[in-house]
Amino acid sequence: MRKLVDLFSKNKKAQLLLFIVYVAVSSLSLILAQQSVVAFLLLLFSILLLYFLKLSTKAKWIIGLVIVAVLIPFSASQGQAYESYMDVATLVGIYCAMALGLNIVVGFAGLLDLGFIAFFAVGAYTYGIFASAQASKFLHFGHFPLSGESFWIFILIGGIVAAIFGILLGIPVLRVKGDYLAIVTLGFGEIIRIIFNNLDKPVNITNGSMGIASIAPPKIFGIVIANASQFYYVALAIFLVVVYIVTRLEHSKIGRAWKAIRDNEIAGQAMGIPLVKTKLIAFAIGASFSGMMGVVFAAKQTYIDATSFTLLESTTILVMVLLGGMGSVPGVILGAAVVTILNLQVLTEVSNWLNQLNTNGVISIPDALSPAKMQRFIFGLLLILFALYRPKGLIPAKNQKYDVNKLKKSTTKSVFVEPQVSNDKKASGGSEI
Amino acid sequence: MLAHIIQTLPQVIVDGLTLGVVYAVVAIGYTMVYGILELINFAHGEIFMSGAFIGTTVLLILSSVGFLSSVPAILAFIIIIVIASIATGFLGMGIERVAYRPLRNAPKLITLITAIGVSFLLQDIVRFIAELKTGNYIVSAPSLFNEKIHLKTSSILPQFGDALFKSSFLVVLIVAIIMLIVLDFFVNRTKWGMAMRAVAQDRETASLMSINVNKVISVTFFVGSALGGATGVLFMVQYGSIDPYIGFILGIKAFTAAVLGGIGNIRGAMVGGLLIGLLEMFAAANLSTITHGAFGAEYKDIFAFAILIAVLIFKPEGLFGKAVVEKV
Repeated sequence: MRKLVDLFSKNKKAQLLLFIVYVAVSSLSLILAQQSVVAFLLLLFSILLLYFLKLSTKAKWIIGLVIVAVLIPFSASQGQAYESYMDVATLVGIYCAMALGLNIVVGFAGLLDLGFIAFFAVGAYTYGIFASAQASKFLHFGHFPLSGESFWIFILIGGIVAAIFGILLGIPVLRVKGDYLAIVTLGFGEIIRIIFNNLDKPVNITNGSMGIASIAPPKIFGIVIANASQFYYVALAIFLVVVYIVTRLEHSKIGRAWKAIRDNEIAGQAMGIPLVKTKLIAFAIGASFSGMMGVVFAAKQTYIDATSFTLLESTTILVMVLLGGMGSVPGVILGAAVVTILNLQVLTEVSNWLNQLNTNGVISIPDALSPAKMQRFIFGLLLILFALYRPKGLIPAKNQKYDVNKLKKSTTKSVFVEPQVSNDKKASGGSEI
Repeated sequence: MLAHIIQTLPQVIVDGLTLGVVYAVVAIGYTMVYGILELINFAHGEIFMSGAFIGTTVLLILSSVGFLSSVPAILAFIIIIVIASIATGFLGMGIERVAYRPLRNAPKLITLITAIGVSFLLQDIVRFIAELKTGNYIVSAPSLFNEKIHLKTSSILPQFGDALFKSSFLVVLIVAIIMLIVLDFFVNRTKWGMAMRAVAQDRETASLMSINVNKVISVTFFVGSALGGATGVLFMVQYGSIDPYIGFILGIKAFTAAVLGGIGNIRGAMVGGLLIGLLEMFAAANLSTITHGAFGAEYKDIFAFAILIAVLIFKPEGLFGKAVVEKV
């Protein structure tokens, strides 16, 4: 057995062959058995397998893109459940991007942000207000709702607005000790929710607890993007951009500064890192990611109200980051995917199954224990267990390794532009999927 | 407008004091733990909530066996509060042992994350026990002290209106003040209190002075949590209906009170709690009058938060705290 494993871990071709067989089998089973959630999950799982293959980064990206952009939509499109699969996949993309944003704050800079969803809400409301008739209730100029083409600009605007909120919140808090941030953001998340829930008077800005309905879906080249299957590509594109930005940031000067102050504030300060500024940048960038995803979320749901932005959501994203591995980009993507699927598919499936057993009289499980209601329990337990026993998460973060000899030889500038990666399989920025 | 504010003032003060003492006692739990471990114990709000639920359970059991009708209400109340505070004391100790102690040398971020995990876990466990037993997670407790007391404040100053409160208000106020005094005595006058202060100042040096640091931390958690649980019972007695999520927002406010008073400073937490309680009630009563109906009482929760931000900007060490220099 061990010999076989050894063979596979060394032999690239055997790995690739096995992988292709796996992908083929899982996509075929999805095509044949459309109702089977398991087949869909197995196909998604292939992305994780791909990450561990010993291929070059470029090859992994190409294969991964082919699977995600072509194979998954194609195999899922053969039956009734197509839209619901794509819906889940779209949400996975949105949550991945958000978790990557939180990862900058928590994973790279070591600041615990428990009100991350507030920035998401800010972004969602920014788009929601202007892309529906809501804006005309308090603005007496201009023509609302804006058309779906404005969506693309609003992604940026939502990010900027959220970043401004982040900076305004961060300035007082980040000047004092770090642990206040946790509770202040916790409070902020709650306050934003209360404000959005009540801001229908004196000026009706958010329509209060009624929420904002009929938000314009995005439009590109005259095509309205309304179905989940079309939205999937929007989410995928945004997700890829986010991954690119995050991996670039991670190894940039500011990324290294974040990690330095995370590991030791005082030492980092002594090395000349401006503490408050660095933290603020992390906080603002994280917030802006969340805001951008809020815009996407609002456009996808076409309806928003304050109940989508509770503390539970903030914690869910924190669980994604912790589960995957703080500071590790591939880990966070994995964590986000696992938690989102757990939330949307597995828990509801298990609940339905238990309900069926209940009605058939096989076993009786009280309604209070239904798994769909136990999110808090599951997430709380996950947080504790992972913090205690595996604080580095499923895929721990790796630091980029520098070749000392090369550093000595060359001038400082050129080394940092092109760092020599000694662990050439996984450490470089591109192999995240 | 001013006349209205003055007229409602006695009632606002009565309500504000009730809420304020609740905040004050919960804030002490935060401040004690922070003083000794430099950890924001997010689960403290949930310990408060568990106390309220344990108290309600005991109350329901007592009333179902007919004990309640045979003894005076005050005796039943004492039994309930003692049971609830001992139970929550051990709960707090257990949480420290399981979730915080293994991480004492880990980065602070990780400990904060377990704290939030514990708080979620407690919320949900209480939720499904309550839902399992009663079918609804909002539980209303039979009230113990029901007499209405009419305070004729209008006879002091003609502008004042009268204040009306239940007799439970007096019970809450008196019990909370007793707890505060006993705690102050415990921390400042007893050997255990001295050990606690020593550990808070410098854990390693304290351990060299033959103080069992782990034991002291356990005792701190026990005392803080027992106070929190007892306050939960007070809350239940005063407000009647409880749900598993009361601890969360109350926890934030109590933490604000602790920061306002200077975190780590027990007397500061008491003053901070009272101030926040009074201010919140004032806001709830008058916000809509002051802003001419633009903002209603639903914005009262924002006040604690605004205070927190303001304190962090202008006086991060709090009203009674000393500015600390970070040790390298």
